[in-house]
Amino acid sequence: MSVLVFTLIVLVGAFLAGFLGSLTGLGGGVIIIPLLTLGLGVDIHYAIGASIISVIATSTGSAAAYVKEGLTNMRIGMFLEIATTVGAILGAVIAVYLNAGYVAVIFGCILIFSSLMTLKKKVDHTTLDYTSKGAQFFKLNGSYPVQGVETPYAVKNVAGGFFMMLFAGTLSGLLGIGSGALKVIAMDNIMRLPFKVSTTTSNFMMGVTAAASAVVYLHRGQIDPGIAMPVCIGVLIGATVGAKVLVRTKTDKLKIVFAVVVTILAVQMIYKGLSGGF
Amino acid sequence: MDQTKNINDRDIQSLVGNLLRAGVYISMAIVILGGIIYLFDHSGEKINYATFDFNKVSLKTVEAIFSEVLTFKGAAVVQFGLLMLIFTPIARVLMAVISFFLEKDYLYVLIGLIVLAIIMISLSGGFAH
Repeated sequence: MSVLVFTLIVLVGAFLAGFLGSLTGLGGGVIIIPLLTLGLGVDIHYAIGASIISVIATSTGSAAAYVKEGLTNMRIGMFLEIATTVGAILGAVIAVYLNAGYVAVIFGCILIFSSLMTLKKKVDHTTLDYTSKGAQFFKLNGSYPVQGVETPYAVKNVAGGFFMMLFAGTLSGLLGIGSGALKVIAMDNIMRLPFKVSTTTSNFMMGVTAAASAVVYLHRGQIDPGIAMPVCIGVLIGATVGAKVLVRTKTDKLKIVFAVVVTILAVQMIYKGLSGGF
Repeated sequence: MDQTKNINDRDIQSLVGNLLRAGVYISMAIVILGGIIYLFDHSGEKINYATFDFNKVSLKTVEAIFSEVLTFKGAAVVQFGLLMLIFTPIARVLMAVISFFLEKDYLYVLIGLIVLAIIMISLSGGFAH
């Protein structure tokens, strides 16, 4: 395949990955990696390097909008970034020593888990119980605007959230994805943040986390300009269009269709990983 | 939290938002420019991504990318743009540290500096080998 044809195919594929990733809330990274490896025969190391770059582009782009709305809790984001950046570097270093087949299997499992999470009904766990010593010490309790009214919320189980973030960061660094699904579990279910705050704060942290692991990948020679260029351009444009469409579309049915497609991709990744195809 | 501090917080957040947006646009413009040069020079060549080769990509460090970018070779310009993209969220952490410092919240100045230190050690190549 020539460089021109490859670039055009990847551009279109990355656009679709970014578009669907943004509509379903899965993110572009989890779709572009199977596309590159299963579809185009690209080595998974290059696919991960390109994907992590696209994660920085999309999360930083949307974080810009959220920050202005005053939904992001900067202190929670900054505090948990210690966990996610340490995890991200750890993950990127582990990836160096881990057999590519195992990386593909772990990737497949996370893919299935993430797509199931997008189907799950969200339960509001917010609380006004201000007894957490950790939340008081780190000044994590906050408020956010609900229809123009500042509404307070209390944060629980800071240590639990921190360790979950360490795990999320490690997977992000290992697999080159944003691991938004795990970050939201840490913040919604464990720390009891309101959805809007956890989603936007997670997005805000994703860029920093991805930058930490991208640096390791850069030094390892996994960020190839020929792949990273069409991937990040395509995913960013796709995600931007997706975010615009999302505002005026119901995505429930789309999510189910998409979860099925993603699961099929995941099973293929796991199969190929186990049978030594990577 | 009193009203003036609240407004101040919002101003900082709006500034951070603009910084992030500008960083993404500028770095993507550089990547696209590099991509066009790259395609002009290499479009007919065969791709070779089937197996990972550590030595295939020569532009792997900040120093190498900065010294090569002025040759205006496509690959070097793309890598430079990607590096600018990587720097954007890092600059955001730096700005947050400054804003916490102005608010005299020294605990969060420290937390922000820890995050920056982790990334800087990584940037110097400390974890890659």
